[in-house]
Amino acid sequence: MLEIVGYVALVFLSISIVIGLYRVIKGPSMPDRVVALDTIGINLISAVAVISIALDSQAFLEVILLLGILAFIATVAFSKFIERGVVIERKRDR
Amino acid sequence: MDKFSAHVNSIICLHHTPIQHSIQGLLRIQNIFLSKGRLAKKTSVSEHSGVLFETLGGHALNWLNFAIFLPILYAVFIPFFYKKIPRIHTGWFVFPIPLVLFIYLATFIPGVANDHVFTQTVYWIPSIGINFVTYLDGLSLILALLITGVGALVILYSVYYLSMKRESLHHFYIYLLLFMGAMLGVVLSDNLMVLYLFWEMTSVSSFLLIAFWYQRDKSRYGAQKSLLITVFGGIAMLAGFIMLYAMTGTWSLRDIIGQAGELSDATLFIPAMILILLGAFTKSAQFPFHIWLPDAMEAPTPVSAYLHSATMVKAGIYLVARFTPLFGGDATWFWVVSTVGLITLFWGSFTAVRQTDLKALLAYSTISQLGMIMSMLGIGSAALYFDGGSDSFKYTSLAVLAALFHLVNHSTFKGALFMVVGIVDHETGTRDIRRLGGLMTIMPITFTFAAIGSFAMAGLPPFNGFLSKEMFFSSVLRAAELGIFNMETFGLLFPIIAWLASVLTFVYCMILVFRTFTGKYKPEKLEKNAHEAPLGMLIPPGILVSFVIVIFFFPQTLADYILNPAVQAVLPLPIETNAEYYTNITAWHGWHAPELWMTVAVVVLGSVLFLYLRKWQGVYALFPREWSFNSAYNAMLVGSEKGSQRLTGSYMTGYLGHYLAYIFVFIILSVAATIFATNGFVIDTSNDASVNLYEMILIGIIAVAAVAIIFAKSRITAIILNGVLGYMVAIFFVIFRAPDLALTQLVIETVSAALFLLCFYFLPEWKEEKISRKMKSFKLALSIGVGTLITLITLSIQGNRLFDSISVYFEDAYELAGGKNIVNAILADFRAFDTMLEILVLCIAGLGVYTLIKLTSTEGGDKRESE
Repeated sequence: MLEIVGYVALVFLSISIVIGLYRVIKGPSMPDRVVALDTIGINLISAVAVISIALDSQAFLEVILLLGILAFIATVAFSKFIERGVVIERKRDR
Repeated sequence: MDKFSAHVNSIICLHHTPIQHSIQGLLRIQNIFLSKGRLAKKTSVSEHSGVLFETLGGHALNWLNFAIFLPILYAVFIPFFYKKIPRIHTGWFVFPIPLVLFIYLATFIPGVANDHVFTQTVYWIPSIGINFVTYLDGLSLILALLITGVGALVILYSVYYLSMKRESLHHFYIYLLLFMGAMLGVVLSDNLMVLYLFWEMTSVSSFLLIAFWYQRDKSRYGAQKSLLITVFGGIAMLAGFIMLYAMTGTWSLRDIIGQAGELSDATLFIPAMILILLGAFTKSAQFPFHIWLPDAMEAPTPVSAYLHSATMVKAGIYLVARFTPLFGGDATWFWVVSTVGLITLFWGSFTAVRQTDLKALLAYSTISQLGMIMSMLGIGSAALYFDGGSDSFKYTSLAVLAALFHLVNHSTFKGALFMVVGIVDHETGTRDIRRLGGLMTIMPITFTFAAIGSFAMAGLPPFNGFLSKEMFFSSVLRAAELGIFNMETFGLLFPIIAWLASVLTFVYCMILVFRTFTGKYKPEKLEKNAHEAPLGMLIPPGILVSFVIVIFFFPQTLADYILNPAVQAVLPLPIETNAEYYTNITAWHGWHAPELWMTVAVVVLGSVLFLYLRKWQGVYALFPREWSFNSAYNAMLVGSEKGSQRLTGSYMTGYLGHYLAYIFVFIILSVAATIFATNGFVIDTSNDASVNLYEMILIGIIAVAAVAIIFAKSRITAIILNGVLGYMVAIFFVIFRAPDLALTQLVIETVSAALFLLCFYFLPEWKEEKISRKMKSFKLALSIGVGTLITLITLSIQGNRLFDSISVYFEDAYELAGGKNIVNAILADFRAFDTMLEILVLCIAGLGVYTLIKLTSTEGGDKRESE
């Protein structure tokens, strides 16, 4: 029973990633793409969690944590780039 | 106790053996001195073994090898003399060397005249049979005496010719001594590799000497030309030598010649012959490789006199003579050598007549005379075809004698003539025939020398050139009657060409003497007031012309002591047969001899041609300069440069895309072709796991993202898509149960996305790449090809597992390494070396990035660290 649920959940998660990918490719604006990438990241977190249940393993829990952090960092970096053109600003005194 | 000491002894022996060995190898200097008979037939070795191991005071022979190295070693001290003793002309310190060597070599004359051969071995690379083996027989002796004798005279002459103040004398004498040593090495070496070594040394030192006045364009041009041509021949010769080694298994000339009879059927026999002849022809300025010699006349006159008349150009003659016992008697050898020699003889004398520069005239005359010697050696090689005793044998062996005789004669009179021209140049400031004239009364001694030298060259009595020319006529006249090698067809041309060339030789000899020394004196055209040369400058040509006359009156002495042993070396036949050609060299053949009338006709027609030179000089207009071999050489030089430039330019475009295309095309062609040829594409999916629906969807996402990157319209879209790709790969690591990989992949993916964004600040606006549709489709095809290939290979690898995995051994990680995480145990314990080096890679990358950022270039272009 649990296996079937996991399988179905994974399929649906994959489909939502596909939809996210459609937004990444289609755009039309850059923020759309960044948000879509963020969405894909969140979907991946769920997918990893489901896979962990399916594999009956605890080895991938760090991956979930890390994905959460990195998806955030990536989104922030992209946002900053879109807004200012740079990711890390120079010091004022130079 | 005994047992123990024996054991110790054996240890000591073992310990010392390699050292002892090498010392022995260094010191093992062999002295043997053999009878000539062993060359001819193996049986005659025993016959003459009575003479074989007679010792001759032993110590005297030790110096034979040293004689070659003496000039080279002495060259080291020349700069010392030049700097420390500037008051005395450096030439005086060099002068004793060739003199001593000449006297030393002259002591071998009695031995060689009695058919002895002297050899000495110093081991160099014994493991591959390359040693300094000196081998002195009649032929080597002639050349060695010429090298040292003419060398001494040339150095004496150069002392007066070269100014102490203006010239860098130390360079000159170092080059000259190097050349002398190298030349002695060429003629005295028995080992082919050593012979080649010295051969190239003569090329290089000649190159240095020709460009002695390196400020001049023409000197550099001449030096480059001579080096290119002679080294081309030298390398061909090396290939020939290696072929000989391949056939015989020895580098020793004597051993190779000893196997002469067995070689003539070998496949490599003719190629080796042609390659060795190429070497000889380029060195001896034979047609069509003669073009370097006239340009080498930019060298100082002593160099021209020494290298380009008496010694270096005779290295090729020596080589042909030396290999005659091996190749002689073969039709190819006979035809190539004699025909090339005759063409060179004719073309050289024909071209010499049109020259207006005295040295150029002498250069072409040298070419022509060398051709004559070469053709005689060619005709003489037929002697090995006959058994001896017959008339044919007599005349062909006479040709060899004539060749060697003329070799000596030519060195004497041509050396003298070059020195005379040098004197004229030195005292008047010009060598142009059109500006010279009427010097007879001003420079009477020089005129006498010039006349004697020229008449000897023209073949007039009472000078030595007459004797050798008569012998040349006798041998070419009989060549047509030999009845071998289809001589009856073209053989008739031999005497005609030879006779015509002699007429032209007579003409240019007369030009040389009479245009320079008679007629009207034109002081207004000369840079200096002409006057007689100093005595020291006159002594060397004086000695040479006295030889010219002495040899005419006493040719038999020369023949007995030097020439006949040399003939014996070129035609190594049993002594009994050779008694045939211990002929007398006579000046008088009798009234009925055709040679005499040929000479008379040469004089008559030559005089007529000389007197009416203006009338027929139009003939030369038929051979415009654009059609000469020189322009062919220049065109070849320019063409090869341009061609290679065009070739390189055509594929070295500077575009990375093109280079990548070459690499990918090569990969596709080589790898795909190899796998197809070996039938390697075997795809077997029976062992593969089944694919789930969500996995398919995830794969589809990767594929779509990858393809979308190609069509992305902005950089940031491409980056985001790349991020999608990277995250999807991470999820696959999760699905395939690799948590460590997934973690690393996620971090790296994010960091590289951030790095890409960092770079964007500095990049120009995104632009559509402008390439043609054709190029686009080519790139598409190429990338599809590479992708398909890699996919096929991966699938084939899956289907072709040859061995089981070794991962079972790592499953004991906890027991062996104390870690439950296998991946980390492998990284840090089982295979930690890789990890260490990967850390190093990261360190280097970090340092590199830091340096690139911090090291800014200043305006001057030199880099300095900011802050």
